[in-house]
Amino acid sequence: MELSQIVEALIFAAPDPVTTAEITKAVRRGAGENPFAEQQSWDQATPEVIEQAIAALGERLLRDGSAVELREGASGWRLVTQAAYAEWIRALLPEMRPEKLSPAALETLALIAYRQPITKADIEAVRGVSVDGTLQKLTDRRLIRIGGRADLPGRPMLYETTEMFMEHFGIKALEDLPNAEELRRVELPSAEVAAEPIAEAEAPVEVESAPTDPSD
Amino acid sequence: MDFLFPGGREMSEGTDVYKVSLDIFEGPMDLLLYLIKRDEIDIYDISIERVTKQYMAYLETFKLLNIGLAGEFLVMAANLCYIKSRMMLPKHVQPPEEDAEEEDPRWDLIRQLIEYKKFKEVANELGEREAEQQEHFRHQPEKIIAAETEERPLSGELSIFDLIRAFQAIVDRFQDQGLGEIVDDYYTVSDKIALLLETVAPGQSIPFTSLFADATTKHEMIVTFLALLELMKLNYFAVRQPDILGEIELKRHAV
Repeated sequence: MELSQIVEALIFAAPDPVTTAEITKAVRRGAGENPFAEQQSWDQATPEVIEQAIAALGERLLRDGSAVELREGASGWRLVTQAAYAEWIRALLPEMRPEKLSPAALETLALIAYRQPITKADIEAVRGVSVDGTLQKLTDRRLIRIGGRADLPGRPMLYETTEMFMEHFGIKALEDLPNAEELRRVELPSAEVAAEPIAEAEAPVEVESAPTDPSD
Repeated sequence: MDFLFPGGREMSEGTDVYKVSLDIFEGPMDLLLYLIKRDEIDIYDISIERVTKQYMAYLETFKLLNIGLAGEFLVMAANLCYIKSRMMLPKHVQPPEEDAEEEDPRWDLIRQLIEYKKFKEVANELGEREAEQQEHFRHQPEKIIAAETEERPLSGELSIFDLIRAFQAIVDRFQDQGLGEIVDDYYTVSDKIALLLETVAPGQSIPFTSLFADATTKHEMIVTFLALLELMKLNYFAVRQPDILGEIELKRHAV
C-alpha cells in the first residue's frame, strides 16, 4: 500500500473537497492504529510528504489514462470526471443539469466578487436596477453572504462572496478572477446624495458611501 | 389603464389583458447598451437626441404590449430627457450641477455605461467559467438542482429587443381595416397560444411574419405576439435569425 493510494481513498470517500491539512491529520490518526503504517512513519507524516503523495496521485491518474482527474479548488482537493466525458454522463443522467446563473445574477455576482464588501445600493448604482430578488437568490444558493454592516447611516449590509462561490467557478483565489487587477481598482459610481429633502414628506436621505476600496 | 382598440373595443385591465412580465429585460442600462451597440455608436460620443428617441420608441412599444416595466426604465427616460435639455442650452445658461466634474452633461451617463459594460463582459466570462466547471462531475453530487426548464437564450445573436423591433415594423406596416363590421369575438392570449400549438407541430419551423399574415386588427397582432412570448418563456418555441438581418424564424421544440 502506498501513501498516494490512501490519499486517493480519502479524497474519493469525502463528500466535500478535502484540504492537505485534513488529509495529513487523517493519515496520522489512521497510522496510529496500523503497525505497517507506523513502520513507514506515516503517523508523523508532514504536509510536505502528503503533498508529494497528492502529486503522485495526480500523475498516476493521468498516466493510467483514467477518466477521473484530481483537481484543487478553493476548499481543497476533489476527484472529478474529465470534461471530455460530460456528454456521456449527461446521456446517462439527463436530470443532472445544474442550474446556470442568469446574466443578471452573474453581473450582480461579478460586482460583489470584485468590490467586496459592497452594499446593495452600490451594486444598484452600477447596474441601474433593483437587485433585491437577485441578492436573495444568490444568498439562497450560498454564493454570497452578509459580511457585516457598513459604517454609514442606516448601517446597510455588506455583501461578500463565499467559498462555494469559488468552487462554483473553479477559482482558487480572488486574484485569479479574470481582469482582477483592472476591475478591483475601478472607481464605481456610488449611491448619490439626495440634494434636498423632499418638501412635506421627509424622504430618507441616502448618503454617498465612503470609498469602498481599502487600499491593500 | 384602458386601451381603446380599433373597432371601438375597450379592454380593461384584469379581464382580458394578459400582463406579460418579461424576465429577459435586465434594466434600462441593458437597453441603452443594446441601442449603442446596434447602431455602432461611439460610446464616448453618444448622440443624446437619437438615443433618447429610440429609447422612447421602445418604451412606447412596451406600453402598447402592456408589458410591465420596472420603474427604473422611466427614471432613465427622465434622465435622458434631462441630459438632452441641458445639451440644448447654451453653457452660460445651464443651471449649476452639483458635483459637476465635467462640462459635458453626458459624461455621468457615459461613465456609468462604461462601468456597466465592463462588468457585463466580465460576468459573461464568469458564465463561461461556470459552464466549464459544470463539465466535471463528482461521484457524490451535493445539492445539484436539476433545472426544470432549461433557460435557453433566444439564439446566438437575436435578442428580445430585435424581436420587438421586428414586431414594431410589422405593426407599423399594418393597414387598419377600419370600422367595417363590429366583430363579436375577440382574441385572447390563451386562444392564440392554443392556436399556435395546434398549427405548429413539434420540430416545425415557420417564418415570424407568417404569424401575423391573417390578422385583421392590431389588437389581434398584439395578442398573437404576446402568445408567442409566453410560449417562448415556457420553452415551447425558440426564435432564430439564420441570416443576418434576414427573416426571423420560429421553431417549436421537438419534445
